[in-house]
Amino acid sequence: MTPGDLLSLTPAGLYCPAGDFFIDPLRPSPRALITHAHSDHARAGHGEVLATRETLDLMAIRHGPGFARVVQPIEPREKLVLGPIEVSFHPAGHVLGSCQIRLSGKRGTWIVSGDYKREADPTCAPFEAVPCDVFISEATFGLPVFSRWRARVEIEKLLASAQLFPERAHLVGAYSLGKAQRVMAMLRAAGYARPIYIHGAMEKITDYYIKAGVELGEIRKTAEADRATLGGEIVICPPSALQDAWSRKFPDPVLAFASGWMRVRGRARQRGVELPLVISDHADWDALTQTIRETGCSRLLVTHGEADALVHWARGDGLEAEPLRLAGYGDEGETALAENV
Amino acid sequence: MNAFARLLDRLGFEPSRTNKLRLMTEFFRETADPDRGYALAALTGTLSFRHAKSGLVRALIAERVDPVLFALSYDFVGDLSETAALLWPAPNESIGVGGEINPPEPTLSEIVHALGDSSKSDLPGKLARWLDALDETGRWALLKLITGSLRIGVSARLAKTAVAGLGGKTANEIEEVWHGLAPPYLDLFAWMEGREDRPDPSDPAPFCLAMLAHAITEADFEGLDPAEFIAEWKWDGVRVQAVSGQDHQGVRATRLFSRTGEDISAAFPDLIESLEQIRASGFALDGELLILREGRTQSFNVLQQRLNRKTVSARLIAEFPAHIRAYDLLRLDGEDLRSLPFAERRRRLESFVAAGASPRLDLSPVVAFGTWAELAKARLEPDQFGAGADAQAIEGVMLKRADSIYTPGRPKGLWHKWKRDPFRIDAVLMYAQRGHGKRSSLYSDYTFGVWREEDGARRLVPVGKAYFGFTDAELAQIDRYVRAHTINRFGPVHEVGHDESQGLVLEIAFEGLNRSSRHKSGVAMRFPRVARIRWDKPAGEADSLETLSALIKSGV
Ligand SMILES: [Zn+2]
Ligand SMILES: [Zn+2]
Repeated sequence: MTPGDLLSLTPAGLYCPAGDFFIDPLRPSPRALITHAHSDHARAGHGEVLATRETLDLMAIRHGPGFARVVQPIEPREKLVLGPIEVSFHPAGHVLGSCQIRLSGKRGTWIVSGDYKREADPTCAPFEAVPCDVFISEATFGLPVFSRWRARVEIEKLLASAQLFPERAHLVGAYSLGKAQRVMAMLRAAGYARPIYIHGAMEKITDYYIKAGVELGEIRKTAEADRATLGGEIVICPPSALQDAWSRKFPDPVLAFASGWMRVRGRARQRGVELPLVISDHADWDALTQTIRETGCSRLLVTHGEADALVHWARGDGLEAEPLRLAGYGDEGETALAENV
Repeated sequence: MNAFARLLDRLGFEPSRTNKLRLMTEFFRETADPDRGYALAALTGTLSFRHAKSGLVRALIAERVDPVLFALSYDFVGDLSETAALLWPAPNESIGVGGEINPPEPTLSEIVHALGDSSKSDLPGKLARWLDALDETGRWALLKLITGSLRIGVSARLAKTAVAGLGGKTANEIEEVWHGLAPPYLDLFAWMEGREDRPDPSDPAPFCLAMLAHAITEADFEGLDPAEFIAEWKWDGVRVQAVSGQDHQGVRATRLFSRTGEDISAAFPDLIESLEQIRASGFALDGELLILREGRTQSFNVLQQRLNRKTVSARLIAEFPAHIRAYDLLRLDGEDLRSLPFAERRRRLESFVAAGASPRLDLSPVVAFGTWAELAKARLEPDQFGAGADAQAIEGVMLKRADSIYTPGRPKGLWHKWKRDPFRIDAVLMYAQRGHGKRSSLYSDYTFGVWREEDGARRLVPVGKAYFGFTDAELAQIDRYVRAHTINRFGPVHEVGHDESQGLVLEIAFEGLNRSSRHKSGVAMRFPRVARIRWDKPAGEADSLETLSALIKSGV
C-alpha cells in the first residue's frame, strides 16, 4: 500500500484515514467496521462497532453484551457516508451475517472481502460479486490443490459411513460458528431425519441460528451422561473436543472433521481424523480466481492465508497484485488447531 | 475405480482392525465381478499395479500446471501423487455442476488389462485419460497404485478375512484353496456367495460354467449397433469346453466337457491326445465339437455317430475324426481371461490357436459385416460369405458384444444366436391325436407324410410328428377338419383321409434332417413343427420323399 490509498496498513489492522475507521481491527479501536463474527475479525473492546445485525448479535453472544461502547447495525447494501467515503456492506456467503465491505471515494472503489465462499450454504445469504478497482481478498485456501469443493458429496460420505457403522457414534468436529450449523442444515437437506446432537459449546450460537430462521430440525444437546448411548447418532462438536477425553465416552466413535484442510491427507492424519470431510466456509482456488475476475479489479491485495500462489496467478492474469502481510488473522479454527469457544 | 479408491482412502484413516474388515467386506459385497477380484489382487499384492515411476507423474502434471503453482502446492502437500491428483485439471469438473457429460470412469479391470497390454510409450496417454475421468480420490489411488507407493495398513491376510466374511467362512478356509486361485477370483466369490462349490485347488483342469446366448429375431435388431458386435458362424455341432492343466507334480490333465459340465473325455480319446500336444501350461477353451473329413466340416448327422457313446472303437475314430473349432479362450497359463472383453479374448484365442498348431483344433472364423442386412445375407448364404463347403455345417450366426466379459449363465444383451430360417416342406396330414394339458380335448398332435413312388403308385409315407403351434382358432378349425375326415380309429389315434383326391396339406418347418433306420421313410426331421395350414393346396401337390432326400444330400 502506498500513501494516498483508501486504506493503509497499521499495527491495529486496515485503517481508512479519510473516513477514520478500521476494518476488523486486531486491537481495540475507536471505530471498527466488522465483516463477520469470527473471533479473529470481531474482537471485543472497540468504541463504536458497525456491522450487520447478525454479526452484532453473534458478537454479543460470544463476548457479552458490553463488547463495545456503541453498536450500529448496518443493512446489507445500505449506503453509509463516513467523511468523504461511501461505505456499504455486501453478503460474503461465509457465515450468518458475514459481509464484504465496500469503500468508495474520489480515488476509486475498494472491497475488503473479509472471509467468503461461493459454494451454496443454506445458513447464510449468498456471496454477491461487487465491481471494484482494488480487491482485498482472503486466501485461506489460496493454493490450487484446494479446489472443487463439493460439500454435498462430503455429507453423503458422512451419511454412508453412518449407515455402514450403525452402532458407532459419528463425531463431527466443526467450528462452532457457521460450519457446525451448515453441516446440520446440509444433513437435513440430504434427508437425514434423526435428531442431531451437539456439544454444549455450540448451543447458544445454534439457538441463535434457529431463531434467525435457519431450519435445523431437531437439535439435542449432548448430556454428559448420555454419551455412551449415542451409538448410531451424529454428534457435532468443536474440533478440539475430538481429541478430548470427552469424545472417548462415545461407543467406538468415528472421528470426523469438517474442514477445507481435510483436502490434504497429511493434515487429516496429523489430527488423528478417521473420516475427513472436505467442507469449508472459505472460497476454494476456483472460487478465489473466479471472484477476482468477476470484481473486475485492476489491483489485488491478498490477506491471510496462502498469498504467494494467488499473487503469482493474478500477476499472470495481468493484475497488479501483492500480499498484504497482516499478522493476527488466519481464520478462527481453520488455521488454529484448537478452538476456544 | 472411484469406489475402490474410496475404500483405500478410508482404510488409510481407519485404525481399527475390525472396522477395516467391515469396510472391506462391505466393498466386496457391493462391488461386481470382476472389479472386486482385481481389488482383492491389489490388496493381497497378487497383482502388481506398479507400472510407472514418479518421473512420469511429474512429467504429466508439468504439462498441465504452472510450475510455480505446482512447486508451492507440492511443498504444502508433501506427496507427489496426492499433489498431482488434486492439481489435475479434470475437464469434466472444471466447468462445475451442470449438464456436461462426464467421460466414463475407468473400471479397475479396464485399468488392469490396459496396464498389462501397455507398452511403455502408450502408458502416459492412457494414464492421462484415466486421470481425466476420475475424481480426486480416484486419481490419488491410481497414482499411488501405479507408482507402488500405497500404504493403507492392510495385510493380505486381512483382505482374505474380509472376503471370508462374505460367506461366513474363515480366512484359513480361503488360504487352503488360495494357491489354486487367480485374479479376478470369480470362483472364490461365487463360492462365498453360495453360487458354486468350493474351488478345488487340486483339480488342474476344472470346468468353467458356460456363458449362453439368447435367441434373436429380426425384430430385435432395432436399437443394436452392428459396430458393437462380432459375428461368427453358428456351427451345427456340439458345444464343448476343452480344459488342460497341470497339478503340483506337473502331471498334466486334459479333459473335454459338455456345455453342462459333463466330462465326455472318454468318448474322444483322439481329441484328448491331440489337445495334450499343445504347448501351454494350461488352457480352457470353448468350441464346437465337429467331424472333419479331409478338411471339410461334416453335418450334425455325421457327428451323431460319435455322440452318446461311453467308449469308442478304433474304426469309429478313424471314420469320424473329432475336431474342435474354437471360439473362446477362458484361461491360459494360469491367467483367468473371463473378465476380459470378448474382442480381447478372441485376440488371445487367435494367437493361442496359431501357436498351438494342433491338427484337431482350428479357429471359428469371424463373419465380417457392416449392416444387419449384410449379416442376414451371410446367414442365409454362408457359402457366399467365406464358409464355402463348410456351409452345410452352419445353422446360423452368433452375435457377441465385443466388450462382453465371460459371464456364466445366460446374461441379457451380450450374446445372441441367430439361426437360419428352418427348412420347410409341404406334407399331408395322416393321423391326429388329442393333445395334452389344456389341449387335451382337441386334436393337436399330427403325423404327416410325403409322397413316395412305390410299385408304380404314389403313396404317402410318414416322415414326422408335430404339434400345431398357432392360434386357438386355427387349432379349432383343424380339430373340426379331423373330426369330419376321420376314416379309422386306433385307440386315441384317428386316421385322417389322405390320398391324391383328399387330404390336408401342412407346411412343416424343421431345423435339420437325419438319416434314420428307425423310420420307414429313412429320414428323421429335427424339431419339426407345423408352420402353416395350406387349406389352399391339394394333397397331390405336397412334396415327395425325393425332395426331402435331396436336402440330406445337400447337407441339411
Ligand atoms: Zn471467518
Ligand atoms: Zn478470517
